[in-house]
Amino acid sequence: MPTRALIACHECDLLQRETPLPPGGSARCQRCGAQLYRYRRGSLDRSLAFTLAALVLFALANTFPIVGLAVGGDLVQTTLLGAVAALYAQGMWLVAGLVLLTTIVTPFTELAAMAYLQLPLKFNRVPRAMPQVLRTLNLVREWSMVEVFMLGVLVALVKLARIADVVPGIALWSFGALMLLTAAAKAAFEPHQLWLRAGGAR
Amino acid sequence: MSTVQPSAARSGLLLCDGCDLLSRAVPGAPRQECPRCGASIHFRKPNSIARTWAYLIAAVILYIPANVLPVMETGSLFGAQRDTILSGVVYLWNSGSWELAVVVFIASIVVPLAKIIALVFLLLSVQLGATWQPRQRTRLYRVIELVGRWSMLDIYVITILVALVQIKALATITAGPGTVAFGAVVVLTILAAMSFDPRLIWDRLENAHGATAARE
Repeated sequence: MPTRALIACHECDLLQRETPLPPGGSARCQRCGAQLYRYRRGSLDRSLAFTLAALVLFALANTFPIVGLAVGGDLVQTTLLGAVAALYAQGMWLVAGLVLLTTIVTPFTELAAMAYLQLPLKFNRVPRAMPQVLRTLNLVREWSMVEVFMLGVLVALVKLARIADVVPGIALWSFGALMLLTAAAKAAFEPHQLWLRAGGAR
Repeated sequence: MSTVQPSAARSGLLLCDGCDLLSRAVPGAPRQECPRCGASIHFRKPNSIARTWAYLIAAVILYIPANVLPVMETGSLFGAQRDTILSGVVYLWNSGSWELAVVVFIASIVVPLAKIIALVFLLLSVQLGATWQPRQRTRLYRVIELVGRWSMLDIYVITILVALVQIKALATITAGPGTVAFGAVVVLTILAAMSFDPRLIWDRLENAHGATAARE
């Protein structure tokens, strides 16, 4: 039997009552200070906009090469998928799988889930399987690491710049923008407000 | 916000990790599912302490080959060169990019170690029933969760290098066995942080104040 208007803190389990917030407000746990939920006006629009833009950039980031190496007259380029394939070809399939998961599968799943939840709600329709998708989103969040990947590429480029000319590819800038847009989309994402909206929709 | 009762668990309510719904616990039910999203719900993360220890011990065991075995093997006209994580840091330092050397050193060597030490500290504090500074310990847990992912850095560096440096006339780079061990360490420390339930920290406080024991 579900109980409404009571919430528990994820970090210290303190039972508290849900109270409506003024715009810009954020509710913190009385005992441990963890943020419970917040309310910023237009959060759905903002998050949805960032999410959709990020999805476009995701497509770009995986279609074009990230970086190339020019040695002599040759140019060796790679996309992210190509790099994963190279690891796999060397027999490092566990590492290849880990990179694939953390830089392609989970970032996409995160964005797709946020879009799936927020797009129908924008038009006041409740998306089907909303709780399951939200649950998937929470599961996947921990494993999406595009920003770490970006730093990794940077370090690799610096190492390579010593031995040859480094040619940044379109995907490099796309990934950088993707990283920023995903961060913005997640910062604006407010599941609490989505539940309130879903409760009032239809 | 008014406090109703100390904790959800003591009030017989289960918090769903997936969708934040509170549900009444059915006494005697071996497993319960969230009525809204179907996730299996528990008072506390199941076997939190045992699982976290298991992941940490495995991470510590694999930390050794991760740093001893080479993560990268460079073959060139001048012969083969094997690099461990540490020698990669040293290379960056010597070639003038000391900022990146520091970054890689922190990400690949300090962070996994610090995570393990911090989680061991948290586990021991919970197992010994400590009531000392719960807010700070919860904060420590939050930091561990945030910072853990950055230890994946070197894996991505190696990925790019392997993909690009395949010029037979000049040099070829292949990933070494240390990479698998290191990847495993990162995954294990992340799993360890995910399996630790920070609410256990606060349960100890409630126990100490003479309340009925919270279920684990």
